[in-house]
Amino acid sequence: MIISKDDVQKVANLARIELNQEELNLFSGQLESVLEFIEKLKKADISSVQPMSHVLDIQNVLRADVPRESLSNAQVLKNAPESLKGHFRVPKVIE
Amino acid sequence: MPAEKPLYTLTGLELLDLIKQKKIGIADILESQSLRTKAVEGKVKAFARFTDTTASGIPIAVKDNICIQGQLTTCASKILENFIPPYDATVIQRLKKSGFVIQGQTNMDEFAFGSSCENSAFFPTRNPWNPDCVPGGSSGGSAAAVAADEAVWALGSDTGGSIRQPASFCGVVGLKPTYGRVSRYGLIAFASSLDQIGPLTKDVRDNAYLTSIISGYDPNDSTSLNLPVGDYQKSLEKDIKGIKIGVPKEYFSLSGDGELEGLDREVKEAVEEAIAQLRKLGAVVSEVSLPHTEYAVGVYYIVATAEASSNLARFDGVQYGLRARNADNLITMYKKTRQAGFGPEAKRRIILGTYVLSHGYYEAYYLRALKVRALIARDFTEVFKEYDCIVTPTSPTTAFRLGEKLENPLAMYLSDVYTISANLAGVPAISVPCGSNKAGLPIGLQITAKAFDEETLFRVAYNYEQATPWHKLKPKI
Repeated sequence: MIISKDDVQKVANLARIELNQEELNLFSGQLESVLEFIEKLKKADISSVQPMSHVLDIQNVLRADVPRESLSNAQVLKNAPESLKGHFRVPKVIE
Repeated sequence: MPAEKPLYTLTGLELLDLIKQKKIGIADILESQSLRTKAVEGKVKAFARFTDTTASGIPIAVKDNICIQGQLTTCASKILENFIPPYDATVIQRLKKSGFVIQGQTNMDEFAFGSSCENSAFFPTRNPWNPDCVPGGSSGGSAAAVAADEAVWALGSDTGGSIRQPASFCGVVGLKPTYGRVSRYGLIAFASSLDQIGPLTKDVRDNAYLTSIISGYDPNDSTSLNLPVGDYQKSLEKDIKGIKIGVPKEYFSLSGDGELEGLDREVKEAVEEAIAQLRKLGAVVSEVSLPHTEYAVGVYYIVATAEASSNLARFDGVQYGLRARNADNLITMYKKTRQAGFGPEAKRRIILGTYVLSHGYYEAYYLRALKVRALIARDFTEVFKEYDCIVTPTSPTTAFRLGEKLENPLAMYLSDVYTISANLAGVPAISVPCGSNKAGLPIGLQITAKAFDEETLFRVAYNYEQATPWHKLKPKI
């Protein structure tokens, strides 16, 4: 076995997704077969290549550091589930 | 109305010609489209919603993951069920400037995760050629809308085949442009190093026209390149005598290791006939090799899920979208929000992506996948040193039945085997209709060219299309 139910539970926790028992059982089996399939990458000879995170030959695209128009505070908060006094509101973080 | 055929059956450029000749007005087009959608949308269910607007313009359908200012945009996900973008995606700005109106937003697999449109949080879309079959995905709504004449044309997005595979399943033309050709600004991100927006159309000419409108440099997308956009309409005028076409042998020996679903016999025959047609038109066709093809699906499901797990971290119930109630602390709020808001495939991909990036697995999975990706890209570079384009099937099969692959994610992933490599290598690829099977379902031919050479793609696709009857076939709905 490549991935156990405990692993799936642990990773789901890292990804901040709560899973019920049914989802945990289902996903563990399905992820196992996907990872088994992915095992075949081990056959590839990667000794001669650099990792390719991106196909374009560009890096660090910058723009001039000048202020420009942005969304207003009201526009930014318009989609927020909860807001208060111009801020996003979330459940208590610090006791 | 002067046209003999109903207006909704015409292509976009045929309609624009009639307008130019003052034979029809935009109101005639809007009325005809509206009648058509009323008649068939109940059977196809291509649209997530129609736009409530009195604005006048050339109608176009847009996939529900492209932001439209002031208009609900949901990615067919519960987690964004109430999201109203405060800005237009760059492609939407470009369309509006060119006189288009968005007629509606099309159904899709949630966050573009899927190959069948069944992962939509709303409802599945049906294939206009057979309502028991899927339209493909993830841009299944866009493909079905165009095939059913509910839309003149449409935009989709393609991360691993999400424009080309549904175009193939529905018998329309679909292009994934070169990575960096079309701005991704305002496209709700799935896998940022793979995503591209592209058009789904009734023929190649319309596709070239729309591509020229949406292409070009955008300072708001740091991965859009500042390169001139070719004259795609003009590229259609050239014949293809002497064009060098490679046919990769690996794509025709699919069942080699017993893991991959084999290439369907009728699809293989249709593609072979298409290759014979290209030869007749003067193309020089030879067998070539893309030796790392067998790794493409594996690399893709590491890279794409890793990027997706990172991109979808933003859906946490704080800034927009759904929030779970009755959570007494922040972490619980995140977890319950994401449990309630994401469908099963989104959860699977986020978990897989988080796993391959996590401590202890990063090198074995993610880093290795990036290296094999470089090998796959190099395969294409090598072939394009000698060849102008590569011709393959778009999908190993025709449209499959609803439910057939829903319980088996790996089988669903493998249906992308021919389309994934173009995204990994960043090169442009187009699917054009090249036949139908005995059951009457469309078959697609995929043409791939070197980066930023959409001109050759359109040229070869157009010459093939004009010599064959397939793009004129219409489903009976």
